[in-house]
Parts: sequence; structure tokens; C-alpha cells
Amino acid sequence: MKRDAGLRPASRPSLLRRIGRALVPLLWLGPSIVLIAVVVLWPVIEMVRTSLLKISSSGVTLGNRGSANYTDLFDEDALIPVVLRTLLWVAAIVVVTMVLSLAVGQLLNARFPGRRIVRWAVIVPWAASVLMTALIWKWMLDNYSGLVNRVLLDLHVIDKPVNWLGHPHQAMIWMMWVAVFVSLPFTSFVILAGLQSIPSDVYEAARVDGAGAFRTYFGITLPLLRPAVLIASIINVINVFNSFPIIWAMTAGGPGHATDTTTTFMYKLAFYDQHVGESAAMAVVNFVLILVMVLVYLKATRWREEVR
Amino acid sequence: MKRSPVRKIVLTGVGWLVALIFVAPYLQMFLTSLKTEHELTKSPGTYLPGHWQWSNFVDVWKAAPIWTNMRVSLVVAAVATVVTLACAMPAAYYTARNRFRGRGAFLLLVLVTQMFAPTALVIGIFREMVALNLTDTLLALILVNAAFNLPFCIWILHGYFSSIPKELEEAAFLDGAGRIGALFRVTLPISTPGVITAVVYTFISAWNEYIVALTVTASPNRQPLTVAIPSFVTQYQAHWQYLFATSLIAIVPVVILFVFIERYLIGGLTAGSVK
Repeated sequence: MKRDAGLRPASRPSLLRRIGRALVPLLWLGPSIVLIAVVVLWPVIEMVRTSLLKISSSGVTLGNRGSANYTDLFDEDALIPVVLRTLLWVAAIVVVTMVLSLAVGQLLNARFPGRRIVRWAVIVPWAASVLMTALIWKWMLDNYSGLVNRVLLDLHVIDKPVNWLGHPHQAMIWMMWVAVFVSLPFTSFVILAGLQSIPSDVYEAARVDGAGAFRTYFGITLPLLRPAVLIASIINVINVFNSFPIIWAMTAGGPGHATDTTTTFMYKLAFYDQHVGESAAMAVVNFVLILVMVLVYLKATRWREEVR
Repeated sequence: MKRSPVRKIVLTGVGWLVALIFVAPYLQMFLTSLKTEHELTKSPGTYLPGHWQWSNFVDVWKAAPIWTNMRVSLVVAAVATVVTLACAMPAAYYTARNRFRGRGAFLLLVLVTQMFAPTALVIGIFREMVALNLTDTLLALILVNAAFNLPFCIWILHGYFSSIPKELEEAAFLDGAGRIGALFRVTLPISTPGVITAVVYTFISAWNEYIVALTVTASPNRQPLTVAIPSFVTQYQAHWQYLFATSLIAIVPVVILFVFIERYLIGGLTAGSVK
């Protein structure tokens, strides 16, 4: 081998080296690409394929169905309300979370005794499993023994226990609150990180110019927080859209489909009703919805000029 | 900014109130886990346990195989974290340091992957695992957790590695440290906050993962805590005290872990999100 190498025409090794050089990135990126391809892209393809197949309740493929799964899905009476509810769910939770976390982030950035401990307290719902947080809220809202009813009875706000999770509207509001509650820590910390990256001489300059607290916040702080707000809201939109454990633990989407969002609806279609193909169709629709929402959001905020 | 004492008092008051709001549900979890099952059926509910049933925390280990579930959670989270980091670090480092064909495509792939959540793909994941004969195995859970946390880790680490001047590494290289030596002695130590953020983030999200484990596992001895815990309260039994005792056992170590990295977290998020 070694002896041959010297006899080869000059172009051969350079071609080899060029191929070699092109392959070097694969060495570094290979593991990531393989992992993403096998565990993320494969299910995506499998899902799209499944949405076109007829699948028995035991999971056996019985042949093609064309677009029949999609027509079945669009014929579901529950579909339109579920999609509208999902959009409301995402919009309300993300907006409330962003507004509250701007305040909490500001608080965590201010100087006061015990700030450290307050920061730790805010982290707790982030570290705790969303499922377990949803379960404690479910228990606190319990019809008979829940803390919420006890407190409201003692304060004479209500005169008999309310079955909060039994009524769709009340249940939705409480579940939205739980979703805000678990989204706040991450979002507040992103805002806090954003606040800390603002250089203090900007504030000096504003003070010299005689800007009040109000003007300083809306004229300086908020515009400089834009990248942080953008990233946090995109991540929140994706997370909230895909949130499953809160609704699953608290109402399981019931009564009927009255508190379902697209994810719980999709899960029920597959694992309760055994309509696997139709459920895959719902998943595809769900993904298109997320994609559209994120793109609209990015377009609306002209993110390219901000982040990059 | 004015620094009047009134302002400080108000801030402190608001601060502690916010802290209480965030901790309150977990305080309630703690109080519930110490009540007797009889007390939990009372209406209206009680504030403090009438009898502080500390033995709940002992009995819960006998009431359900939670030791096994805990081991599953731990193995899945730990191995997934190692796999994620082993894949993410070289990719993040190489894309931060080099310009090459396909770099943009790779970063776009990472960004797009970040938009997929296991929840949205659970049908596809389930069918893939059936096809690979991996249902009801820990390997399936490890792979899923590793893959879905990969984009965030690459993103955070990419931001960190890019923020370290190349000259710093080259200086060490010229001093005879070697390429790998420079990487380990200069770049990695400086990017510790980023690496820690990535490790803890992955570990915690794998520890708390629910929907895939719910779908893919069937036998109780392969279910993580998240899947095992809800079965304390079903149509046939309501052991809320055990449910929350187990929840606390699952939550407390993770909160402590998180508190330790709080300082790094802010730096990690700045590099990852604002970059």
C-alpha cells in the first residue's frame, strides 16, 4: 500500500483527500444526524404514511385508504370545536405567560433581601414534573375535599362546594392557569437572562436625558428584550400546543370532548377509539397548525432582523 | 434608579409573595402526603393534617414497586443524557468552529427538529417501536429522550462554543497543547455553564417525560415514576397520600439539582437564546 502511493498520479491523492475532507464533518455530525433521522424523522414519515393506511385495532396494516382517514377526521363533529379550543388555549396561555413573566423577570432582576431564595422558589415548578403539578392542582380543585373549595367556603365567596373540573368552562380556565403556572419559570428566566444582557450604561444615558421610569421601560428595556421575548414565545407556542399531561391528568378531555385539545383528541382517537389512521391524520393536521402558527408569528415579528 | 427604603420593602414583600405562590402547590402536596387516607375523604378538606402520618413515607415503598419505577426513571434519564451530550458536543463544537458545505443545512435540521415534540409524534413513535420490536423496553425510552433533547443541547452548546474566541484555543495549540488538548484544557472549561445547562435540562426533561413512556411501556417494572404515579388514584382506589408522597420523592432531588445550577442557568440561557 505504502509503496503504491508514491507511484500514483498526483491528482488521485488530492481527490481522495478532497473526499476525505468532505467526510470529516460527518465524523463530528454523524451521531447527531443518525439519532435525529432514526428517532425523529422516521416517526414523522411513519405518521404521514399511517395517515393514509387502513389499520386494524390490533395494529395490523390492512391496506391503503387514500384520503379516507382525513375525510373521517373532518366528519368528526368534535373536530372544529377542538381545533378552535386549541387555538384559544395556545393564544391565551402564551399571552398571559409572556405578560406575567415580564413582571416576574423584572422582579427577579431587582435587588432585595432574599432574592436568591425567591429565584429558587420560581424554579420549583420548572423542575417538577408537569404531570405531578397537574395532579396536585386536580386534588386542590377536588369537589369534596379540595383546598380551593375549603378556602373559598371559609371566605364566603361560595356557599357550597363547586365541582370545578366537572364544568367544561371552569375546567378550561383552571387548566389554562396550570399551564401558565408551569410555563412561567422558564419564560421568566429567559426574560431575566435578557435583562442581564442589557448594559447598564444604556440606563445611565436614559437617566442623564431625564427619562422617567415609564419611558425608560417602554423606550429602552422592552425593545432590547425583543430577542428574548421572541425566543421565549416561540418555545412557549410549541410547548403549549403540544401540552398533554395537564389536560390528561385533570379532565382527560372530558366530559365527552368538551375540554379536549388536538393532542388529547389525537391520543383518544388512537388508543381509545382504535382509529389509528384517523389519529395519524389528526397528528398531521396538528403539525401543520403548529408550523403555520410559528411561521405567522415569525413573519409578524420579522425575526430575521432581530435574532441572527 | 431610586433606592428608597419604601421601594425595597415593597419589592421584598412582592418577592416573597411570588415565591409563596410558586411553592404553594408543592406545600399542599407535602401536607396531603402526611394525612391519613380517612382524613382525605372528609368534606370540606382540612388545612393541616389532623394526625401527622409520617409513616406514609415508609408505607408507600410497600404499597407499590416505586423503587423499581425510580430505577427506571434514573436509568432512562442518565443514559439519555449521556447519549445526548455525546452526540451534541462534537456537532456543536464543529459547527461553531468550522465553515463547511452542509453546515447551514445541518443547523436548519436542528432547528426544525426542535419544533417536533414527542407528543405530536407519539403515534409515529409507537408504530416505529412496534416495527423495531422495541415496545416495552428502556432502550426505546432512552432513544426518544436522547433524540428530542438533542436540538436544544446543540443549540445551547453551539452558542457557547461560538462565543469563545478562536484565538484563545489557538494560543493553547501553539503552546503545544495539541488540538484535543486545547479543546479539553481551554474550550471545555470555559463552556462549563453551557454544558451543565445542557446536562441538567436533558436529565430533567427525561426524568419528567410522560406521554411516550405511557404509550410505549406496558409492564409495571419498565414504567418510570411519571407513569406509575397516577395509578395510585383510579376508579377503584384513591391513595392520594401515597401519590403525593411518591411525587415528592421524585420532585425533591430534581429541585435540588436545579437550584445548584441556577447561577449557570442564566448564563446558559443568554448564550443559547439571545445569540
